[in-house]
Amino acid sequence: MSRFFASRIGIIVSGAIIGALAALLVLWGNPPNMGICVACFTRDTAGALGLHRAATVQYIRPELIGFILGALLGALLFKEFKPRSGSAPLIRFVLGFFAIIGALVFLGCPWRAYLRLAGGDLNALLGIAGFIVGVAIGVFFLKRGYSLGRSRPVGTAVGLVMPVFALILLLLLLFRVSFGENAPIFFSKSGPGSLHAPILISLAVGIVAGFLAQRTRFCTMGAIRDVIIMRDFHLLSGVLAFIVAAFLVNLAIGKFHPGFAPQPIAHSNHLWNFLGMVLAGMSFALAGGCPGRQFFMAGEGDGDAAIFIFGMLVGAAFVHNFNLAGVPDKIVDGKLVVGGPSLWGQIAVIVGLIIVAAIGWTMREK
Amino acid sequence: MAKVVDARGLSCPQPVLLARKAMEEGEFPIEVLVDTGTSRDNVTRVAQKAGLKVRVEEREGGFVVRIEK
Repeated sequence: MSRFFASRIGIIVSGAIIGALAALLVLWGNPPNMGICVACFTRDTAGALGLHRAATVQYIRPELIGFILGALLGALLFKEFKPRSGSAPLIRFVLGFFAIIGALVFLGCPWRAYLRLAGGDLNALLGIAGFIVGVAIGVFFLKRGYSLGRSRPVGTAVGLVMPVFALILLLLLLFRVSFGENAPIFFSKSGPGSLHAPILISLAVGIVAGFLAQRTRFCTMGAIRDVIIMRDFHLLSGVLAFIVAAFLVNLAIGKFHPGFAPQPIAHSNHLWNFLGMVLAGMSFALAGGCPGRQFFMAGEGDGDAAIFIFGMLVGAAFVHNFNLAGVPDKIVDGKLVVGGPSLWGQIAVIVGLIIVAAIGWTMREK
Repeated sequence: MAKVVDARGLSCPQPVLLARKAMEEGEFPIEVLVDTGTSRDNVTRVAQKAGLKVRVEEREGGFVVRIEK
């Protein structure tokens, strides 16, 4: 069984299952072209907790809870639950912080970039191109000897922080706990945060995806990185299966609409779609995994991946408190108004590129 | 005496890069020490792709990936 998951066919089948389920989640209620978006869902969760007050993007996303619990399950069943930490945690927090700024300027992490493409949103091509460039810059640093140093085995408590956090989020969601008037937990009444599949379906899909991804090491960043570094197409074959399966499901359920504008929860500001994802790609490459993979590793007990996730959670709060996110295209009086990030969002991306490049340049194993 | 590459605790893709570097240097056998299943699988894959023989052993909560010509 272990062999199957490590095989080429194993990752292709797993990628296809995750992609098909992600496309189906839209049919079951998730926002358009957003069956699974790790960055968007982290942002929605930050909003539900009141870390930001953008009323349209507040919802504790059960898919992410499922990612952690599914990966934990896979790790426990196959004896891969290994609490570990200590590989430059603060830098990982910073990488998570800037990764989500880049992703939310584009309006999606690599997961959603691929799903947007599978739904016909051609702006995703700019995002994916930027993402590939970002990962290539990360590879350049890796080849120069970039390293965040070694993690070490640590006490079980470290490995249980994220699963316990996930369970607490699940309870807050299931019981719709309210901490008072105008206090969390928030549930969006309109906008993307109000669109969601039934909780148990989302949770189940998350657990299945988390389990499969933990077993196969599915990674939307590693797919690109491994091709650039060593022409290894193993992970890429999983990602291609993910895209093709989502595309076929979209065709079947009438959710494939090719074009640039207007696309749902997307903008056609090409430069910033590109640059936002350069920043995200670099950050994920330097952190050793895409945002989904960080959740899966956190479920396996990786405390450094957990810190990266907390960096994303705080970064998402900053994005919305400081108006950094990309604004979707709109149709006003029959005319297209192209969206994109505010000036502050653009500055944040530039600052992020400089800081993340400085991390890539300076961090080496002592 | 096997050449030992200690890749324990390193993030992806560093264990693979270190293993590949050792393979390019051409001194066999090589023992790559890793501590996660992911690194074990990745190092195994890259060595097998290069047409080399691979044997994996569990040791001290981690794995030794032994690569031979």
